[in-house]
Amino acid sequence: MELDPLLLSRLQFAFVICFHTIFPVFTIGLASYIALLQGLFFKTHNPAWDRLALFWTKVFAVVFGMGVVSGIVMSFQFGTNWSNYSMAASNFLGPMLSYEVVTAFFLEAAFLGILLFGRGKVPQGVHLFAAITVAVGTFISAFWILSANSWMHTPAGVELIDNRFHVTSWSEAIFNPSFPYRFAHMALASFITGGFVVAGVSAWFLVQGRDPEANRRALSMCLWLLLFLTPAQAVVGDFHGLNTLEHQPAKVAAMEGHWETSTNVPLLLFAIPDQEAQANKFELGIPSLASIILTHSPDGEIPGLNEVAVDEQPPVIIVFWAFRVMVGIGLLMIGVSLMGLILRRNGRIYSQRLFLRALTGMIALPFIAVLAGWIVTESGRAPWLVYGIMTHAEGLTPSLTGPMALFSLIGYILVYAVVFYAGIYYLTRVVRNGMLPEDERETTDHNVHRPMRPLSAAHTSFDDDVDPVRS
Amino acid sequence: MEMFDLTLIWAFIIGFGIMMYVLMDGFDLGLGILYPFAPDEDARDVMMNSVAPIWDGNETWLVLGGAGLLGAFPLVYSVFLPALYIGVFLMLAGLIFRGIAFEFRFKSKRNRHWWNRAFCWGSAIAAFAQGAVVGAYIQGFPVEDFVYVGGAFDWLTPFSVLTGLGLMAGYALLGATWLILKSEGHVQDWAYKITPMLLALVLFVFAVISLWTPFVNPRVWERWFGNIQLIWIFPAMALMCSFIVYRSVQKRRELAPFLATIGIYFFTYLGLIVSKWPVIVPPNYTLWDAASAPESQLFLLVGMVFVIPVILAYTAWTYWVFRGKVRVGEGYH
Repeated sequence: MELDPLLLSRLQFAFVICFHTIFPVFTIGLASYIALLQGLFFKTHNPAWDRLALFWTKVFAVVFGMGVVSGIVMSFQFGTNWSNYSMAASNFLGPMLSYEVVTAFFLEAAFLGILLFGRGKVPQGVHLFAAITVAVGTFISAFWILSANSWMHTPAGVELIDNRFHVTSWSEAIFNPSFPYRFAHMALASFITGGFVVAGVSAWFLVQGRDPEANRRALSMCLWLLLFLTPAQAVVGDFHGLNTLEHQPAKVAAMEGHWETSTNVPLLLFAIPDQEAQANKFELGIPSLASIILTHSPDGEIPGLNEVAVDEQPPVIIVFWAFRVMVGIGLLMIGVSLMGLILRRNGRIYSQRLFLRALTGMIALPFIAVLAGWIVTESGRAPWLVYGIMTHAEGLTPSLTGPMALFSLIGYILVYAVVFYAGIYYLTRVVRNGMLPEDERETTDHNVHRPMRPLSAAHTSFDDDVDPVRS
Repeated sequence: MEMFDLTLIWAFIIGFGIMMYVLMDGFDLGLGILYPFAPDEDARDVMMNSVAPIWDGNETWLVLGGAGLLGAFPLVYSVFLPALYIGVFLMLAGLIFRGIAFEFRFKSKRNRHWWNRAFCWGSAIAAFAQGAVVGAYIQGFPVEDFVYVGGAFDWLTPFSVLTGLGLMAGYALLGATWLILKSEGHVQDWAYKITPMLLALVLFVFAVISLWTPFVNPRVWERWFGNIQLIWIFPAMALMCSFIVYRSVQKRRELAPFLATIGIYFFTYLGLIVSKWPVIVPPNYTLWDAASAPESQLFLLVGMVFVIPVILAYTAWTYWVFRGKVRVGEGYH
């Protein structure tokens, strides 16, 4: 079998970026939350805020560490696997990534040290400042990287001379047409992800009866936040979709499973797109609704996939279903947030165990929604690397061979499998030990009904015990 | 615009960034390389705690090096990375494992020995790969039409293996002298004991590399044994710094060995630069061939001028916050 370096490189990039994305999308929201908690403690001196801040900082440390190490890979992967693209886009991409490093990464790294290790070494106000700085840094980072990514979808402010992009307007290139929508969509996603994780863990603590004072506050805050942000995300997502319809109609057609340009387009709830037949099987939809959503008129015309050549169409089935996963989870999140509002009377959100358990069960969903969203937007761009200008094949490193690409793909999968496994393991332990008074934190297996630990079933009494640091 | 040669300014900035990376991540990678030789687990705690709050910032200079090259010298980026594909993967895998070891080692007792290994092997492999890059750079790359055309293992030669091992020894020396500065008691005694041995190893490897390099690359021979004799001051200064390391360890000074080791690096680095100047993608492309568009260099420079001094200031401040000795059994937090 011939190993295709193009396919393997695309798989590798998709794998690495999916793995990486789940960390920043969580830490961006969590960093702001920690800064808020530290700020509340600074102002009110209520120790409950401090206990929450301390606990969530431990979680943040593990997740941020995994985000950093997987992020370093990204900055080198442009060069190793996509050197033609790097060379062509360097005049724009290079400054974007460099600005991200100097305005965000250094800030985050330096002040994270203060945030994690500076308690007691620096005044409380300075410590708060460090927390705020880390939070701001995560946003600055998102700004640059989403600008660079959006530019690949809606390139602007550049001209192509001799296979190299030259920037004619920095403001047009940085604030390219899809950037504001993508940035808003992603920022909201980060807050919603952070909100659902904190809500889910707080709910679990409340079921366990741990530190109810602090965790009621945490849960209440999160549910208010989510009540406003989850519907707002639907609105922003809609605007983002309209923007995509304007600039990348083929992507929207793939999202809708819409093959022929037509009016009165139904919103498909279920279908199996068949790219070979250029049609759907088993369609089930609501008449005219897609036209209404996208053009605000039932007989609005929506361009179909037939507008572009077959070999320039994105992989429809992937885009179609990933989009439904994202929207479905989004609707569920809105529903749960509204449920929180209904239960809020008489403080029932703190005691309705079914609701609390449901919140805990939802912890993974925002991550899945975010990944699905990225798959929609990135797969929907195929076969273009820079939309309408440069294809994936043109951007590939010429000297790259199939075996090399396979080697590194397998390598990254193995490395990240270990990292992810260990990271989830330690995160689970941090949470299981969380919000307990010091003398009650687990030293053996007896006080938490934990499943058998993954690496060893042995019953030892002086085993993985209290987190010796940060306790 | 005509008054400044932007490319020259960028050569200085990138050169400075690489130097910062080598020195700062150098000592924390060095600690990882020394890990298996540490006298006991307490010493390992001290070693790791001495860099835990700052390693992340140190490593960020590497990312700046990558992004800065893409911004200012894209040819370097788009030739070196494909040419060193396998080596880059190994380096990144190493950095991943040692990076997460910082968080996970302290969270684990039963599996701590695995995270010790992850920290040690990760650091060692990353250091070796970086040293091999230096060797590959000295050797040069087959490039046609601004595109790398060589194979996957062209970079791996006896010469680049030697430079890889050389940088491992050099990082270990930096780590040992850093540890002298940050530790006390039996940990410090151990660091004092190993420093002269590491110094001897470094000098030996550097001597071999220095003798070998002119044969690998005739242009380097020409540079060193041609007309320009002033450049011999760099190896001379590096030797003097080595002597200072030796003497100051004998006198049990705490700061001087570290500073003098930095001096060795600094002058060796200058020596390497003058060997190649102004070729940046050997054997054929100069800095100016490899440069990005002037408007991009300028756009990025405007920000750098303001931001880099700020970065240096708060980096210095974090080092100041975590100044002083790291004691056995003393966790932060």
